[in-house]
Order: sequence, then structure tokens, then C-alpha cells
Amino acid sequence: MSGSRVILREKAGRKSIKPGDFIEVPVDLVLANDVTAPLAIEEFGKLNMGVFNKEKIVLVLDHFTPNRDVASAEQCLFVREFANENEISHFYDGGNAGIEHVLLPEEGLISPGMIVVGGDSHTCTYGALGAFSTGMGSTDIAALMATGKTWFRVPEAINVVVNGKFRKWVGGKDLILYLIGKIGVDGATYYSLEFTGNGIENIDVEARLTIANMVVEAGAKNGLFPVDKKTIAYLSQLGVDSGEIAVEADEYGYSGVIELDISNLTPMVALPSLPSNVISVEEAPRVKLDQVVIGSCTNGRISDLREALEVISGMRVSKGLRLIVIPGSPRVYRQALNEGIIENFLEVGAVISPPTCGPCLGGHMGVLAAGEKALSTTNRNFVGRMGHIESEVYLCNPAVAAASALTGTITDPAEII
Amino acid sequence: MVAFERNRKCVIARPDPPVLKGTARVFGDDINTDYIISGRYKFKTLDMGELAKHVMEDLEPGFADRIDKGDFIVAGRNFGCGSSREQAPLALKAAGISAVIARSFARIFFRNAINNGLPLLICDTSGIDDSDILEVDIGNGLVRDLTKDSDIKCEHVPGIMLTILDEGGLVSFIQKHGKFRV
Repeated sequence: MSGSRVILREKAGRKSIKPGDFIEVPVDLVLANDVTAPLAIEEFGKLNMGVFNKEKIVLVLDHFTPNRDVASAEQCLFVREFANENEISHFYDGGNAGIEHVLLPEEGLISPGMIVVGGDSHTCTYGALGAFSTGMGSTDIAALMATGKTWFRVPEAINVVVNGKFRKWVGGKDLILYLIGKIGVDGATYYSLEFTGNGIENIDVEARLTIANMVVEAGAKNGLFPVDKKTIAYLSQLGVDSGEIAVEADEYGYSGVIELDISNLTPMVALPSLPSNVISVEEAPRVKLDQVVIGSCTNGRISDLREALEVISGMRVSKGLRLIVIPGSPRVYRQALNEGIIENFLEVGAVISPPTCGPCLGGHMGVLAAGEKALSTTNRNFVGRMGHIESEVYLCNPAVAAASALTGTITDPAEII
Repeated sequence: MVAFERNRKCVIARPDPPVLKGTARVFGDDINTDYIISGRYKFKTLDMGELAKHVMEDLEPGFADRIDKGDFIVAGRNFGCGSSREQAPLALKAAGISAVIARSFARIFFRNAINNGLPLLICDTSGIDDSDILEVDIGNGLVRDLTKDSDIKCEHVPGIMLTILDEGGLVSFIQKHGKFRV
């Protein structure tokens, strides 16, 4: 069975589709940010067509915001003017903006069965909520803004069967890092990664968002979770009706099956400079860290901040280490304030950043100097990703990040608490 | 002879693309879009001339200065993985690269390159060494290593992508057809 193909078949209005078919489908939501939208808008301008639907285009200024310099300010201005001229309903700027993949589900824009295409590789995040969701580049986004349609090659699917329950300090990030470590950074290229199994019911929706967010790091076209009680409850508190979800079997099945017993999983760390370079935290080298980042579209949600604070609360960041905490959206920020999380992080010695992608891509708000090492809850540890090409990025979950901010070196939270 | 299996209803009758000739500039596996053009420059997204100066610089400082117009990037598996930034193929094109030849490509990069008229060829690149002189026949899906005197057959590229490439990219394709016609 492939839920992804079922969604594509329905939207394409076909009786059946098979892997390898080329289909044209209408898209329910088109997303771009301050990096991908300017180029999309330029290309869109060449088409001499209007926007297909101003309610179905989402523009979020989140990468280089609040603007770091004149160039990024002008880029954002360009998008802002386009959004105003075209009366784009879902335009997020200033105090309304958050990291796009944290923001969109919270805004109630995502529901199961949708097709979402975004000018951002981590658009695959929404598969956690039962949507078929994938990233494309600016020119595809331009064509989508004009026509509301795109083409897909119908993907083969790999089934990840999850059993068991996470131990304390182990979560979605560890599952996906372990999986990427196992199959490699191109292990799922062009495939759907579909998560099923008895263990899914033990994984909270925010952890599923973390998992789906990083399927692209294994090359996948999309990731997909079943819609269950947890999804329906999560969406309902955001005012989203899950509707009737009928994900049925198709005759083509899965190209591969990977079984994961998450009960035995430990916190994982991806060493520089690929997300597949994964080892268990206890085997990680005890390198001296200069910076720890907790945030991003991968781990910038309220549950991530709570988990990190549970480790670090009442203690003090290691001398000489910079801890940067980035609530992923205004809603996460406000909730963190209300729960005293922000206050606690300040006590610990953290810097609180406004919601932004910022340091994840070496943009701003925590860029590294030559020779510096960062441990981060973000999604990529490529050479030069967070700054100088001689800096290094290690990836981990929020609890490991917090524990390591206390000791100044990569540390298993179980050693702290 | 047309080696690629084309989706006939998409193909507009036109002469096959010319055979390109240039020098191989060889890189390894998993060349991500941060290597191709670092995220540090993403705020300058609309200035391709500026971005072109920085292509591949984290892997090979000064690479852009050493590109001769028409050179080919030759790589291993998973070329273009990572971010969806379209500046990656655009900056390569602006830097003078005429095609990318690799064992495999990440899917977003694949779409982006074709959408912008940068030809991609998928084949076994293990026998190609840096500085080899290559002839690339896009229409027939053939890479000829003149230095090694060997021919390398390329994999099938989907018909719709060849058509988009033929039309000079997605924008001109949509201008002409108004839709995708898969």
C-alpha cells in the first residue's frame, strides 16, 4: 500500500496510477519563502498570467529575517510588494512570521490528503499530518502560482515499520537520524517514505513533524504518516477538520520494507559533514563546543523547548559556550513565555532569538567562525552550513543539545539527570 | 537514432540539440547545493553574475576563475542534494558550465536544472578523469570521452523533462503550452 499514491491518484482524478507514471495534479497549497520567492516572482512575471488563487499561495519571510542587511531587506521588500499587489491571503511578515514549517500547521493551513508544494526542501514536513507534501525550486513554484498545477512522476514507496516506544531522551530526531544513517543520504531518492506500524501511536505529532521534516535528507520525495487519533486531536485543537481519510491499498505495494524497533534506540548524533554520518551519543567524540543551537523547522516546536529545558533548568551554560534558543513561531514563542520557558532559558544563560531560520543555513543569528564547532537541533551539517567552511556542525535532538550546552561537549542527557 | 524513449505527444519536431564539447571538471559523491553555492550567498538570490563567482568554492577555492565556458561538471552519486535553492543550477550555468554529468541526481536539483535549461546526463562517470575532453550528445544520450576514446551511454530522461529542456526551460514551456501536457 502506498498512501502517497492514493492521494496522487485521487487528485489526478484517475482510476489507477502506477509508479513511474507521469501525472498532472492540482495543488492545494503553494509555499515560498524570502529565499525562493524572489526568483519565483521574477519567473512568474515572465508568464504574464495572474495568480491562480490568492488563498492558496503562502509566502513566509523567515530565512534572513528580521533582515540582516540591505540585500536581504530588498529581497523581502520585493516579496512584500508582490504579496500586497496580488492580495495574497497568507502572507507572513514581521511579528506574524515564523519558520514556515512550524508556522503552516499551526495556522491550520495543512490537512490530511492535501497536496502541498513548497519552494523549500523541507516542505516534506507536512507528511506528518497525512498530506502529500514536497519541495521544488523557484521556477516550478512560479508555474504553480500561475497554473495551480504541477507534474509528478508517481513515486515508488518504501515502508518504514515502526514498533515499540521511545525511551526517555529519545525522540523523533533520533528515529530519523538513525534511519538516514542506515539508508544513506540518497537511500530514498525519488521514493516516498511511508511510516506505519504499532509504534506510530506512541509518537506525538510534533515528533512526527520532526521525522517527516528530514526525510529529504535521505533523498525522499515525501514522507507520510497515517492519520490517527493523535493527528485528529492535534488538528482539531487548531480548528482543522481532518475529514474522511480513506487511505486504501493499491496493487503496487512497497518497493522495500525497513523495520525499526524504537525501544532500543538511543539519542543519536550526526557528525560532520553529512546527516547520514550518524552514531549513538555515547560513542560521539567529546569535542569542545563553541555553540549550541536549539530551534529550526526540525526542532523548533514547543515540545522541543520543553524537552531541552527539562534537562537544563536551574543550571548554567558551560563557560565560553553560546546557547541560542529559537522558538519556531510567534505561537511557540508566546507559549514558551507563558510557561516560563523563556525566563528559564534566560536564567540558564541562553540567547533567545526571534523565530527565524537564521543560523541553520549560516544566514545570521549565530554564524560560526573558522575552527568553531556547533551542536545543533537543525537538519544539515554540510561543510560551511553554519558559517565558515572550516567550522563544523553536529546534529542531535533538543535534550542532547541542552545537556551538551551544560558540559561544553557532546553529552548524553542521561549523564546529567 | 534517438536513444531516449520520448513521450511522443510531448515532443515538438525540432533538430536534435547540438553536440557539446568541453573539459571535465570532476567532483565526488553527494555534492550538495551548499557546496554548489553556499547558503551564505542566498540573500543575493537574483544576482547570478555575483553568485557565479562563488560556485563550488567551499570544495575548491577559486574554482569559478578556472572554468572555461562550456566545461562540464562530472560527479558521482546524488549530485545536488540538500536545499531546493534554484540558485545552484543557475549559478553553474552563469559560471559557464554547459551540462552536469553524474551517476545520479537529487530530485529537486534535477527539476530545477531542467526548468532552467541546464542539461543533465545520468551515466557511469567512474571512468572520467579531471581534465578529460568530453563530447556530450544530449539528443542521443551519449557522453564520449575523447581523452580515453570511450563512449558512455546515458540513462533515460523522462519525456516531459526533455521537452521542457528542448523548449529552453519551464517558463518558455508554459508560455508556449499554458500547461504541462504530461
